[in-house]
Amino acid sequence: MEHSDSILKTAGLRKTFKVGFWGRSVTALEGLDLDVRQGEVFGFLGPNGAGKTTTIKMLMGLIYPTSGQAWLFGRPIGDQESKARLGFLPESPYFYDYLTGLEFLQFYGHLFGLRGVALGKRIDELLELVGMSHARHLQLRKFSKGMLQRVGIAQALINDPELVVLDEPMSGLDPVGRKEIRDLILRLKESGKTIFFSSHILHDAELLCDRVAIILKGRQVACGRVSELIDEGVAHSVEVVIDGLGPEELARLRQMADRVIVQGSQVLVVLPSRQQVGSVLELIRGARATLVSLTPQKGSLEDLFIREVKNKQPELREAV
Amino acid sequence: MRILSIAVNTFRENLREKLLYNLLFFALLMIGSSILLSRITLGDYHRLILDLGLASINLFGVLIAIFVGIGLVSKEVDRKTIYTIVSKPIPRYEFLLGKYCGLVITLFANTIVMVVGLLIVLQVMDVPITSLVFKSLALIFLELMVITAVAVLFSTFTSATLSAIFTLAVYMIGHLSGDLKEFSKKLDEVSQMVVNAIYYTLPNLERFNLKGHVIHHLDFGMADMALTLAYGLTYAAFLLLLASIVFQRRDFQ
Repeated sequence: MEHSDSILKTAGLRKTFKVGFWGRSVTALEGLDLDVRQGEVFGFLGPNGAGKTTTIKMLMGLIYPTSGQAWLFGRPIGDQESKARLGFLPESPYFYDYLTGLEFLQFYGHLFGLRGVALGKRIDELLELVGMSHARHLQLRKFSKGMLQRVGIAQALINDPELVVLDEPMSGLDPVGRKEIRDLILRLKESGKTIFFSSHILHDAELLCDRVAIILKGRQVACGRVSELIDEGVAHSVEVVIDGLGPEELARLRQMADRVIVQGSQVLVVLPSRQQVGSVLELIRGARATLVSLTPQKGSLEDLFIREVKNKQPELREAV
Repeated sequence: MRILSIAVNTFRENLREKLLYNLLFFALLMIGSSILLSRITLGDYHRLILDLGLASINLFGVLIAIFVGIGLVSKEVDRKTIYTIVSKPIPRYEFLLGKYCGLVITLFANTIVMVVGLLIVLQVMDVPITSLVFKSLALIFLELMVITAVAVLFSTFTSATLSAIFTLAVYMIGHLSGDLKEFSKKLDEVSQMVVNAIYYTLPNLERFNLKGHVIHHLDFGMADMALTLAYGLTYAAFLLLLASIVFQRRDFQ
């Protein structure tokens, strides 16, 4: 292995499914290479149907790879010992809805051989952590989606795992619920856990992840640190708002800027890069106009995402 | 221990199944109705009460085994509840065995309720309760264990509806397989081999039927009993082994 602290690694992981009466072969994942290291938050991003859940299911031993290999904690996937060090929250989790919050966690605790006082203590801690202490005697069928997601995370943490795998943990939640899950992920990272999560909500990933991989239609198109990926090849545009410009200056500005929007006496100018800032400031000074604001625009994962779709996979544009 | 946890959870799940109570209610109704029927029967009503009582326990036990059993695995896959279990350090066969044991516990509890109903009727109607009645009940329960294993096997690779149809078919053929053997004697050699192969592959469920013995007071010795028990348990174990192999290879999509 390249890195001794590698927790999750895949090499040429591939999955095809047989569909329809004639068993037509459809490729869900085409040669995936991932390397998730200890203690990081790793985002696995892509639009719906890109192959994220397929990958996670293979890593969890729910489906078998067609070819390629994958390791968790340096052991081939499916190994019972590495599963003991793992926590997993599936996409839109469905649980035994006739159980109460407490019974539900007890059941999963028993599967790990936890019992008695130790299990009771662990359940108390977890319900506290996910903010669900009030629902311990409520049946899961009465839970809201956000509550199910939180008790689902508690379930994934019952064995105090080193690696936590979350499939679309933020999907279907309201903004408050999403923030709560984000905070929870950060708390887990602080406690030294490695987190691997899939998402199609790029904003969340940008806030949370140390590194991300982006896949489209089963192919990996980018992988690396969020900051590096965003900076790479992105021209940093600048937004300037100016008050009191004359028509002559405005005409000069239009030559320099990508976009000029006039609203009353104010003008919003979008400059293609930081290099034009100096000349615009001179122009303002010369015209005795007022600089209202100057905001450098950062590239976002969304920009990167759309660029990848356009550049590398022109045939996939309709996928996003 | 993990098998037991899954079994207890399955039992708990089954107890919340309304269908179970409906079937149980009708079973008790039918056992009780033999009191009424005996009043309009000329001659020996003991036979009628015993026959109807044992047949009711058998029939409703099988219905519970099939209709609760087929959902055991397929429901877990459909509802995706299986995802969180298989990702835990539990071999798939342990999960399957746990589900099976859970249903067997459910069937046991149900059979006990039906047996208590039957014993009350027998007591009220002054029908002598012999050891043969209990032997017959034990073999009915053994048959339920075999049928449950059939239902579990089918539900590891097909939908709940198809599993129900297949399991019912096995149940019916299983009771008629004696005829199949007789029938084969009249065929040519090749056809005989095929029919015999089917006969030996399918369970011979008539072996678990002691109603005739009970009604006609024919003895069924301990040696016969042991042999039948061994047959039933081996057959169920073989079905579960097959189910485990199918389940192990399956992709949960």
